Amino acid sequence: MQTLTNRSKVVSNKKMTFGEWIYLPAIFKGMSITLKHFFKKKATINYPEEQREFSPVYRGQHVLKRDEQGRERCTACGLCAVACPAEAITMLAAERKPGEEHLYREEKYAAKYEINMLRCIFCGDCEEACPKEAIFLTDRIVEAKYQRKPFVYGKDILVEPVDADKRIDVTKRQTQNVLKFKQNKRFAHNR
Amino acid sequence: MDWILFLYKFVFLIVIFLITLVVAMYSTYGERKVAAFMQDRRGPNRAGPFGLLQPLADGVKMFMKEEIIPTTANRMLFILGPSIAMTTAMLTGVVIPWGGTITIGGREFSMQIADLNIGILYVFAMVSIGVYGIMIGGWASNNKYALLGSIRAASQMISYELAMGMSIIALILTTGSLSLHDIVEQQQGWHWNIIYQPIGFLVFIICALAETNRAPFDLPECETELIGGYHTEYSSMKLGFYLFAEYINMFISSAVMATLYFGGYNVPLIDQLGLSQNTVTLLGSLFFFIKILVLIFVFMWIRWTLPRFRYDQLMNLGWKKLMPLAIFNILATGTYYYFTAFN
Repeated sequence: MQTLTNRSKVVSNKKMTFGEWIYLPAIFKGMSITLKHFFKKKATINYPEEQREFSPVYRGQHVLKRDEQGRERCTACGLCAVACPAEAITMLAAERKPGEEHLYREEKYAAKYEINMLRCIFCGDCEEACPKEAIFLTDRIVEAKYQRKPFVYGKDILVEPVDADKRIDVTKRQTQNVLKFKQNKRFAHNR
Repeated sequence: MDWILFLYKFVFLIVIFLITLVVAMYSTYGERKVAAFMQDRRGPNRAGPFGLLQPLADGVKMFMKEEIIPTTANRMLFILGPSIAMTTAMLTGVVIPWGGTITIGGREFSMQIADLNIGILYVFAMVSIGVYGIMIGGWASNNKYALLGSIRAASQMISYELAMGMSIIALILTTGSLSLHDIVEQQQGWHWNIIYQPIGFLVFIICALAETNRAPFDLPECETELIGGYHTEYSSMKLGFYLFAEYINMFISSAVMATLYFGGYNVPLIDQLGLSQNTVTLLGSLFFFIKILVLIFVFMWIRWTLPRFRYDQLMNLGWKKLMPLAIFNILATGTYYYFTAFN
């Protein structure tokens, strides 16, 4: 029979030789292996000080993007909430008043936008569903907390800051392929 | 009454107790580091530089934990168990020669608390009483797992004490003395007993592993079958005492092994350096501690290499392999000395 790897061994119940019976050679062999590992490079890192690089498609805490002029992109269409398999997203729409044009890009906006981070499974369907390029998943990690309540993230946490230098970078997730895919909304929404 | 000698012994006793406790404390840290390194991990490194304050943090944790005595437990014995384990573990260090003689102000002081002429027997006696700590604790808990663990511990320790005693008999045949001080003095230079008694040493180290309840003989406290064994019901510092006693036992049995088989405080070729008596003594003590630490490392190394025995395998090894081997060793040693020493 052809084996898949060259590591397979034939098992037999043959009588042990004297060397095997006293076990000492096997014990010393095992101890030499552990000693070798003693001096090996560690597989783990000093976590908070050192951090491993994230994958470019890492899906962590969400961000609600603003446009170039600092206006919120979200129009509270609700497609993300519909797409969400965990039903983690709720929102409340409101109409833009005259004089608020510098805050919201379109006439409708989300007065309340909440994601329950305990429900969220970080699948990225909300991001895929969004027609306004408003919600993205970033490489930030959702903080651990002691209570359940603070895990419901409101707009105060989700919307990115206005200052240009504090904006959240999502270019890794907004590649040409993604943009092209998003133009054909048929794929994402009518599922 | 010689007050200076009394004071010296008293201070030395306290120093030895403190060293024992500190070494045992840092063995817990060392154990975790060795385990981590052998598993390609880093081990505790948060408390202090390199995690060196970790034992203190563990100690504080142990003291802060809630102290639970089960209602069905025998209160007095429940408290007595860990006390016996701790006390007997501490008492064994008394007969070990930690160094040669040191001269202060024209007087010679021995770096040994009590040079009993039956030092080895004293060690064995203390180790045997240590079994009571485990047995009483396991029985007083009124819990089937604790009882099973303590029964295992008792039978295991009694079985292995036999083989251990046999290996010691062969050693005594070569040394002709039961005093640990004399045994060390006979191992000057390179005349370490491990060269004359390799089989005896092998039996002794295996039995020492079993006596201290360490892997691969840690059946009395195996988590998977007995949820901790004899200390299942223990919490807070009483549990800490049991765990700590184990590390003290490890330190003491390493010290006994270093004394019996690795020349104690003897440093090879140190006589030719022309150092003063006190320097030689201190260097010897340092060397003795290095030997002990290496042996502790070997204990840990074995623990993180070998898997745990099954109970019948344990008994088979003890009675059917180690006992005959030790008896053969006695016979061989006796025959050798019969034909060499008395002709």
